[in-house]
Amino acid sequence: MTTADLLGKILQVVMGLAVFAAIVGLLVFFIDRAPKKGRDYWQLVGFLAPAIILLAIGLIWPAIRTTGLAFLDNSGNFSWDNFIWMFTQPAAIRTLINTVVWVLLVPTLATALGLAYAVFIDKSRGERYYKALVFMPMAISFVGAGIIWRFVYEYRAGEREQIGLLNAIVTGLGGEPVQWLQTDPLNTFLLIVVMIWIQTGFAMVVLSAAIKGIPAEQIEAAQLDGTNPWQRFTNVTIPGIRGSLVVVLTTISIATLKVFDIVRTMTAGNFNTSVVANEMYTQAFRASEVGRGSALAVILFLLVLPIVIYNVNVLRKQREIR
Amino acid sequence: MSSVAPVDLPTGEGRDDSSFEEAARDTKSGRIKRRLTSPWATAAAIAIAVVWTIPTFGLFISSFRPAELIQTTGWWTIFQNPGFTLDNYRDVLFSPSQSAPQLGAYFVNSLAIAIPATIFPLVFACMAAYAFAWIKFRGANVLFILVFALQIVPLQMALVPLLQFFSSWLRPLQAGLHNLIPIIPEQNYLPVWIAHTIFALPLAIFLLHNFIHEIPGDVIEAARVDGASHSQIFFRIVLPLAIPAIASFAIFQFLWVWNDLLVALIFSGGTQDVAPLTQRLAELVGSRGQDWQRLTAGAFVSLVVPLIVFFSLQRFFVRGLLAGSTKG
Repeated sequence: MTTADLLGKILQVVMGLAVFAAIVGLLVFFIDRAPKKGRDYWQLVGFLAPAIILLAIGLIWPAIRTTGLAFLDNSGNFSWDNFIWMFTQPAAIRTLINTVVWVLLVPTLATALGLAYAVFIDKSRGERYYKALVFMPMAISFVGAGIIWRFVYEYRAGEREQIGLLNAIVTGLGGEPVQWLQTDPLNTFLLIVVMIWIQTGFAMVVLSAAIKGIPAEQIEAAQLDGTNPWQRFTNVTIPGIRGSLVVVLTTISIATLKVFDIVRTMTAGNFNTSVVANEMYTQAFRASEVGRGSALAVILFLLVLPIVIYNVNVLRKQREIR
Repeated sequence: MSSVAPVDLPTGEGRDDSSFEEAARDTKSGRIKRRLTSPWATAAAIAIAVVWTIPTFGLFISSFRPAELIQTTGWWTIFQNPGFTLDNYRDVLFSPSQSAPQLGAYFVNSLAIAIPATIFPLVFACMAAYAFAWIKFRGANVLFILVFALQIVPLQMALVPLLQFFSSWLRPLQAGLHNLIPIIPEQNYLPVWIAHTIFALPLAIFLLHNFIHEIPGDVIEAARVDGASHSQIFFRIVLPLAIPAIASFAIFQFLWVWNDLLVALIFSGGTQDVAPLTQRLAELVGSRGQDWQRLTAGAFVSLVVPLIVFFSLQRFFVRGLLAGSTKG
């Protein structure tokens, strides 16, 4: 990168910010000087229009169009081909199965681990630092996490010394080194480990806050009743944080359904590890199969939908109880 | 009578309360002692913390080891096979050789993408959130629910048409503008900025609305009575009061954009001129997955900014997380 390149980039950013500031400034100027008649209306338009226009052009219209594209074949006629392909081709079916495995394992394990950790370190000395260690992967990109774990799973053939931690442990115990990322179906589970590694911190932080929100009196009362710690956990803590548990499970489930970067970085979907989000990218942007890519996007949407509906219902019931 | 005793009079009940609190504090410290003597829980916590930290730690150590040592020995043998070098970082950041990762340029791109892509959606979302919260209009509820519902539309639903839109409208428009007024630079980052702005809006509007809605109505009424216009109220009252919410969402959006791969892959084109670090790293993994001296150092170059943000702004980060996670 030359200095000229750097200056060019800085200029682009500065110009971008300046143009943006000018747009907002103009908008505010007109909001303030809107004609007296219907002033409220113009002010409303001024405040809402940028967001609504962007959402309409960038999200609503594309979503409708993608749904349409999913039902077109390569010559532009209506057909079910893309969906038939998805549910008949072994590779595509495998993608769907993998996605189901991901969404069953990641939210449950990440939440369970996060909850256990939050309970174990609750009120212990140095709680903040313990939390930071497990929470840190949240800040790391999925690409960075992918590289970190590829290094753990690294394989060296024959008698060479292993540089991947996992194979070093296996050979240290007298086993044969394994090509972790190429062994199907083990590789899918090893990718899932990476996602759990990232999401546990999120579960831990939210659930820890929820646990601290449980009134101390409830726990005292349970203690006076002579319950043991496990009974207090299942009968007081769990009901006390039920709402947060639902939220955590939902959020992680949705993130897991959309997981793309981890698969892309670690195996690029080879060796039977692909998932719907990765396959959508591969089909639409690598293989130029726009119809198949769109169909996969629609499936992704349909998979997210019930989770959200369930979540909204739970939330509404809680509001009613309150 | 007794049930409406003024709060500042120390009644018998009040004393009972405070002694109850003392008792609670006693048992709380008692609980801490018991916690410390519960060796299994502590051991399990430490085990989890170690397992969670070791992968990153190993990569970090390796990024400072010479290439031959990384390739032949495990990083945990650093004491038997000592060796420490900054060559890996020099190579990935500054090497002019065409085959080198040249991450310096991509690092600048990541910043150039992430800063505007944090500011743009925040400003628009604040404005929309204000309108939803404090300007009365018909259909406000329906529109707000629609925006809220957009959160569940996966990015994947929007990618193909948005890319087509950019290449058939935005690009020609930019090229035309550039030909007309050559001073305007060929704006390379614009599609990525716009994409990130759009995708951030639904959540941003929702969270900021929740916050801006909580501002006491009296404050805003008083300003209106004094003749303040909506934009004055927005800039003088609402924005300053909403700073905590804006800060937490800004951190989130910045990290999200910095760590993004999908949007970059589709809208950036992948050249040194635009592509962010994540995209370059993913590419390196694909083509040079065995060059561990470069991958380890490269990964850490990409981790530095998020980790600085994380450790310095952890409080806001957690707050934003808690606000975001209680959404429906």
